[in-house]
Amino acid sequence: MSIEAFRERILDRTPLCIRGGGSKDFYGGPRAGGLLDMRGYCGIVSYEPSELVLTARAGTSLADLGAALAARGQWMAFEPPGFGGSATLGGAVASGLSGPGRASYGAVRDFVLGVKIMDGEGRLLTFGGQVMKNVAGFDVSRLMVGSLGTLGLILEVSLKVLPLPVAQATLRFQLPQDKALETMNRWAGKPLPVTATSWEDQVLTVRLAGAEAAVRSACGTLGGERLPDSEAAAHWTGLKDQKLPFFDGEFPLWRFSLPSTAAPLNLPGGVLVEWGGAQRWLRGAQDLGTLRDLARQAGGHATLFRGVDRAAGVFTPLPMPLAAIQQRLKHAFDPHGVFNRGRMFPDL
Amino acid sequence: MTVREHTPDRDPEFSKVTPGALLQELRALLGPGSLITDEELLRPYECDGLSAYRRLPLAVAMPEDEAQVVAILKACHRAGVPLVPRGAGTGLSAGSMPHPQGVLLSLAKLNRILRLDPVARVAVVQTGVRNLAISEAAAPHGLYYAPDPSSQIACTIGGNVAENSGGVHCLKYGLTMHNVLRIRVVTIEGEILEIGSQALDAPGYDVLALLIGSEGLLGVVTEVTVKLTPKPQAAQVIMASFDDVRKAGEAVAAVIAAGSIPAGLEMMDQGAAAAVEPFVHAGYDLGAAAILLCESDGTTQEVAEEIARMLAVLEQSGATGIRVSKDEAERLRFWAGRKAAFPSAGRISPDYYCMDGTIPRKGLGDMLTAIAAMEKKYGLRCINVFHAGDGNLHPLILYDANVAGELERTEAFGAEILRLSVALGGTITGEHGVGFEKINSMCEQFTSDELKIFHAVKGAFDPQGLLNPIKAIPSLHRCAEMGRMHVHRGELKFPGLERL
Repeated sequence: MSIEAFRERILDRTPLCIRGGGSKDFYGGPRAGGLLDMRGYCGIVSYEPSELVLTARAGTSLADLGAALAARGQWMAFEPPGFGGSATLGGAVASGLSGPGRASYGAVRDFVLGVKIMDGEGRLLTFGGQVMKNVAGFDVSRLMVGSLGTLGLILEVSLKVLPLPVAQATLRFQLPQDKALETMNRWAGKPLPVTATSWEDQVLTVRLAGAEAAVRSACGTLGGERLPDSEAAAHWTGLKDQKLPFFDGEFPLWRFSLPSTAAPLNLPGGVLVEWGGAQRWLRGAQDLGTLRDLARQAGGHATLFRGVDRAAGVFTPLPMPLAAIQQRLKHAFDPHGVFNRGRMFPDL
Repeated sequence: MTVREHTPDRDPEFSKVTPGALLQELRALLGPGSLITDEELLRPYECDGLSAYRRLPLAVAMPEDEAQVVAILKACHRAGVPLVPRGAGTGLSAGSMPHPQGVLLSLAKLNRILRLDPVARVAVVQTGVRNLAISEAAAPHGLYYAPDPSSQIACTIGGNVAENSGGVHCLKYGLTMHNVLRIRVVTIEGEILEIGSQALDAPGYDVLALLIGSEGLLGVVTEVTVKLTPKPQAAQVIMASFDDVRKAGEAVAAVIAAGSIPAGLEMMDQGAAAAVEPFVHAGYDLGAAAILLCESDGTTQEVAEEIARMLAVLEQSGATGIRVSKDEAERLRFWAGRKAAFPSAGRISPDYYCMDGTIPRKGLGDMLTAIAAMEKKYGLRCINVFHAGDGNLHPLILYDANVAGELERTEAFGAEILRLSVALGGTITGEHGVGFEKINSMCEQFTSDELKIFHAVKGAFDPQGLLNPIKAIPSLHRCAEMGRMHVHRGELKFPGLERL
């Protein structure tokens, strides 16, 4: 599709459902509106490895981007999950979801440098740019991240990319959850090259990455059992794309975003901990209100990440002054309510 | 230094405001010691770190706690009086220059560290806490607050949030926005917003990212939760000389292409090295056209491995001289000159004007060649320091404000550098902010449609435009009146507006 064709659809003012590869159809509120398929709007616009900047159209698949980067020894360090589908750059930015390295490398929003979007009036707008530091104007690029396409049609994104780590190693430890949480937080406070952690079923898995010598020495310091490289890669990819056995089966999946030091969740159902304790997955039928209260008391929030009944809202609603500001922001970008209605909150 | 009176004496927007009752209300609220209205005592607040732009405010209010901040904002909102927030006043873009009919809100008294949790690696601090004070408080736990703007001894965390401040280590450790988890903000209506938490994300739009770097236009920050980072075990710096600035620029690209993210990567041209050497005796190679400082930090083994890798690249890139710091004292000495660049400029010239454009690094050679030509065109010297790792340039234009016409030429010189930064695919400001200083250059970088969105965002928080007026985002009229009618990205910038 062309810019003009996008504009025509938007100026028509009938609600649109923006979609890339559809790998995250399950996420957020129910989809509504006429399909706007972004897959055709694809391709790398520019990529300069020595500038650490890549710009691509929204419909470009993450697989294509990953391959182009890997060919030059670089990667998207926020490890965007594709959930086994054909995820696109636009979807990765709109969903704002980040992979196992979130706690050490940063999130999608930390790597977005600029966007080109079309707003609800069909205006073509550019914010941010292709440079690392840019404080001219409000940071609209990062406001787009995680907005689930409700603010505007993301057309192009510039990302900061990083060199692939020279060396990696994955270690395993037998630990109960409370000890694992304590350990993850303790190690995160030391100058160790820990770049990802996960805990499930009494097993703590730790990824080290960086300079050869640093990884070797950290392996020596931390001990544990080293996983063969292929098994390690399978673990972290499986975790990112939710293909580990933990995620198998038909059940609601809840995501808790909490302070990394929050106590273990005392709930029935399986728990998987990531991000040094800051992201925790819970599977099984639960009472929405109870989980939200629990998350709030622990200093974070809970999301119905996968579930059958999404109409009531999957994200924790915002308190009042903030909810009103959010409505006004929506109106500023999409005054006619064209984009992805109900995908983030039922009333947005 | 003489000052050109650029700034409006009165802002017609607020010409009907009668502040008498408001001042009485504020005096009753704060007590006479915390409200300044006497002209002599207002003087120290007339400008921030960019002293070329000065204006006296109506009054300076110095709240002691958040409740007073709320009360001041509510009172100003009721009275329709503008409000300009200020931290330590070290900003370099006149972002906290007072408004002539407004209240200057000094947040310096909100200076307590409320909580420091070494296990969770966070600190909760009031807005007026100094950047360096956070790192000092965290040091006993082997932690620090990573962003290190050069003013870190004095600047406040609230100001850092307003400007999204960087520092020399931000290529590796990020800017303020990468290191802040939560802020507590008072809206112009006096409502309190809790944005973010100690968790890594929050539901809804990323309002935290929107507020960081919003230059005090959207709300007043009263409290900040920052992330603390483990202190690296070791650090070492390479100092490399080049006989050509383009070669130095290519060496920077080569270091990064070879897979290193240096903890710091700075460049100085010959003029800058010559300016600082007599004061700091860092041992800079004064015959070199450019000097690179390239730092590695991490574990001892990591540093050794990375330094070896970077050395090989720099040698291949045609460095004419290379030294590696032998110990911590030498490392600090190598850095001392870079850190002293601004004060040294102040010693060799009566005045200097610091620019802050950021460009894709590949444009460096073109930019420096163009700056050399501009030196001749405007009859002014310019020395260059450069956060080479992230493309952020700080050309320092040397001038004497007491010589008639020099400030005007300096401003024209600066505006031309910014125009070129945008043309090279960069931005008018990498870390100092737009403030009042660069408000006209915003018309170069953004179209009228993009500015309309900025105004709509502003309206979502502050529909009356009381917070920090005439800063950061120019009105469409201002841009049209500036007569900047050049063609931008193939389009005429303000087709909807009539031209005079």
